[in-house]
Amino acid sequence: MSNAAVTAASASPATSAGKSILARLGAAFVGRLVIIIPYVWLLFFFLIPFIIVFKISLSQTAIAMPPYTPVLDFSGGISGFFGQLRQLSIDNYVWLTQDALYFNAYVTSLIIAAISTVLTLLVGYPIAYGMARAPATIRPTLLMLVILPFWTSFLIRVYAWIGILKPEGLLNQLLLATGIISQPLIILNTYTAIFIGIVYSYLPFMVLPLYSSLEKMDYSLIEAAKDLGCPPTSAFWKITFPLSLPGVIAGCLLVFIPAVGEFVIPDLLGGSQTLMIGKTLWNEFFANRDWPVSSAVAVILLLLLTVPIMLFQQAQARAQEQDK
Amino acid sequence: MIRKALWLSATSAFLTLFAVGSHAEDRVVNVFNWSDYIDSSIIDDFTKATGIKVVYDTFDSNEILETKLLAGGSGYDVVVPSGNFLARQIQAGVFQKLDKSKLPNISNMWDTVSERTAKYDPGNEYSINYMWGTVGIGYNIKKVQTALGTDKIDSWDVFFNPDSLAKLKDCGVYVLDSPADIIPAALKYLGLDPNSTSPDDIAKAEEALLKVRPYIRKFHSSEYINALANGDICLAVGWSGDVFQARNRAVEAKQGVEIGYSVPKEGAQMWFDQMAIPADAPHVAEALEFINYMMKPEVIAKSSNYVLYANGNKASQQFIDKALLDDPSVYPDAETIKKLYTVSPYDPKTQRVITRTWTKIVTGQ
Repeated sequence: MSNAAVTAASASPATSAGKSILARLGAAFVGRLVIIIPYVWLLFFFLIPFIIVFKISLSQTAIAMPPYTPVLDFSGGISGFFGQLRQLSIDNYVWLTQDALYFNAYVTSLIIAAISTVLTLLVGYPIAYGMARAPATIRPTLLMLVILPFWTSFLIRVYAWIGILKPEGLLNQLLLATGIISQPLIILNTYTAIFIGIVYSYLPFMVLPLYSSLEKMDYSLIEAAKDLGCPPTSAFWKITFPLSLPGVIAGCLLVFIPAVGEFVIPDLLGGSQTLMIGKTLWNEFFANRDWPVSSAVAVILLLLLTVPIMLFQQAQARAQEQDK
Repeated sequence: MIRKALWLSATSAFLTLFAVGSHAEDRVVNVFNWSDYIDSSIIDDFTKATGIKVVYDTFDSNEILETKLLAGGSGYDVVVPSGNFLARQIQAGVFQKLDKSKLPNISNMWDTVSERTAKYDPGNEYSINYMWGTVGIGYNIKKVQTALGTDKIDSWDVFFNPDSLAKLKDCGVYVLDSPADIIPAALKYLGLDPNSTSPDDIAKAEEALLKVRPYIRKFHSSEYINALANGDICLAVGWSGDVFQARNRAVEAKQGVEIGYSVPKEGAQMWFDQMAIPADAPHVAEALEFINYMMKPEVIAKSSNYVLYANGNKASQQFIDKALLDDPSVYPDAETIKKLYTVSPYDPKTQRVITRTWTKIVTGQ
């Protein structure tokens, strides 16, 4: 935009005004377009699907195609459309509060996701730190090694853990052969197996943002701290960790959010007693064929995840403004 | 330059249209069946015989199929849902009535099966049986022998009696994660009507299942195949064909694992997989031709010999491997067949009670 303005200003004064307005309009249009694209993306791939799901959550289940009523259309004209709208109700949300099942499932999912996130952070941080401090020549190789597992199907990788963790599996055979244990450990079909599965599957999502924030860190700060007599551990907590905080937050969100709705890992590795919201949603959708209630479960899950993040962002923005 | 590019794109667009146009002249049928459920040479033979190209796609759960069908516009011409799912889907208007005049081979079908499938599809107007089987007990013969002192399992008692199942706890028990298959079995064991929708009866079934719940390692509808075959578990309540698959895998693996399957003497649930044509199928004529071809005795026998399930085609039995036909766990004798029961689909309200009960049994909540 500024370029266009400069060119226009150097032209004769009589035409400069017209030209510059046109150029400005054009540049502004391009600028707008660049901003609009992500919004259009969000509109089509987030907002509209969400509105559809929200609408289904206000409908009633029916034995029909699609299996809910009313289906909004304009076949009955505008008045017919409003008639259909009046049939929508919040009954399904009320239903969710009447059975403790849903509340328990949400809570269990949040707890499992939170524990997994902390474990992933504990495992991922040293890895990212090691990578960031490694010689620059081998960093691309290390980065590659973190990304490499993505080239195999997620399902196959989770399935492979069954072979490792089962009572006659690789891990137990190894531990038995080395004499560390005398009885095979029962890990498969327990919460431990779920944690192992989630930590393993989501580790790259934690390592990558951590690595990118640790790599950018200026290590002369640590040297300065050392010179001033600061022991390494407190130098870590006073300098390294606070500077890597954006990476920590990004990594935790990237692990926590998908872990809450995780279905495959608890289904394959977890025991049947594991009650998570993903399974509850599956039951509502597939076993009960109740698309409206399962939509309501999904809407609540979405709110549960996005509202705290939005509040957090707002609080952060406010804190930043206060710093200024 | 631009003009040239425009020309190029216009001609290529035209060519694509043309290609699509000529493609439409090829006769096609889109089949959506269970995975591992056909001898694939049948598909090639069908194409050779009729010139109809088969686009064969597979699913592994009724629920996935149902969701595609209920959403509409699935594009499939022949689908194979199980009986109780079929019944509900017919009610929802998913299927079209079959034009029986295009299905002359229907005379080969077996009345013993057709009478029962009529429970889901009155008059068998919408569907033709593909395969059928039972819900019974698959077990690791050696491990059960060690734990119980006998390898003869012929009753639900081995599963529903807490004392007996407790002995099998450590070697592992898996159960189908499917209330519509397990709750009726519990009702049958208790001497109640397996079709009962009364909340009292369902509560009794729940009680019976909760008593044995501590000894069940996992509820899952497919993992037991591998778990049985690998010798990871010693007992599974599952579908007949899946257990036979486990048995074959165990034989192939040569690890000394032997798998048995029992149809309990109290009676077991019969299930049916039915071929049907969606109401919005794009190639109805080809679909009918495909279904008619599948009813040829030697064709469906070939499929049974491969997938190890019984089929509902009486005339095919002369072409079925003797070992399979004589296996009472695949083709039970007339006496046992009388004891087999079918379960009608639940109405939405009962379904909710059943699912909720099941969640309580499985998760304890």
